[in-house]
Amino acid sequence: MIRNVFGLLAGCLFSIGLMISHMIDPAKVLNFLDVAGRWDPSLAFVMAAGIPVAATGYAIAKRRSAPLCDTAFPVLPRGDLDRKLIIGAVLFGAGWGLAGFCPGPALAALPLAFGHVVPFVIAMIIGMALVPLVSPLLFPKHDPALVKRQELLR
Amino acid sequence: MTEFTPFQSALGGAIIGFSALWLWLSLGRIAGISGILGSVVSGAPRERHWRMAFLVGLMGTPLIATAIGLAPSLHFPVTSPPVLIAAGLLVGFGTRLGSGCTSGHGICGISRLSPRSIAATLTFMAVAFVMVFFTHHLITGFGV
Repeated sequence: MIRNVFGLLAGCLFSIGLMISHMIDPAKVLNFLDVAGRWDPSLAFVMAAGIPVAATGYAIAKRRSAPLCDTAFPVLPRGDLDRKLIIGAVLFGAGWGLAGFCPGPALAALPLAFGHVVPFVIAMIIGMALVPLVSPLLFPKHDPALVKRQELLR
Repeated sequence: MTEFTPFQSALGGAIIGFSALWLWLSLGRIAGISGILGSVVSGAPRERHWRMAFLVGLMGTPLIATAIGLAPSLHFPVTSPPVLIAAGLLVGFGTRLGSGCTSGHGICGISRLSPRSIAATLTFMAVAFVMVFFTHHLITGFGV
């Protein structure tokens, strides 16, 4: 139960951050990406401020043996780059640049502008559901244990 | 044209970073939205339930903000359904194939200096900049 409360609070904080930073607004995202046009560099400040705060959390975690609600911190994949990672990032970047939505802002914007956002969100969920079906055909040599571990953590 | 908002964006970014810190120190989990959404239907109940709670917070908070008059105004430069659907398919498929999105790789992964996340973030940012250059400056018909 307490795990769910921590999860809920994390989701609320994340959502507040998306709204205050304007990351939730696709016009803001597209103007951030439009270096040659109406460039608005604001969203660079989201990463610039978010990374040191999150890094503080990972630094604190190194001096602790376990998170509050578990027996140990999980071991995250630290391996080499592979084709799945890079091809996935290329496809994601193309979609992000096309409409100005990445997963977090799209979900947070859904209740605010349902009609505008719902085609994107449904297509996104279908795209996610296709990966376990298509990926073994495209990348037959990929280690299934690593995939399983990544699915647990991300 | 959007207004330059460095202070609001930095404050919001810090809150997003704090959400990631919170989730790692409390549950030992990465605040990656594509992973949380993508595995909410699969996986053990213990893993499903906190993810559902996270999504309730993520989608419920904007409703509370609306009720108290604090919701931000949103603008949608792209309204064409085929473009939105193509973008959604690419984002959904790409983030799951590449095991992360702007939050999981861009905030959490870079914070713990993961080479995989740094490579993924540089890749999707570069492709997104190129995509916007194409749709805004080289071809027309994207409603922007």
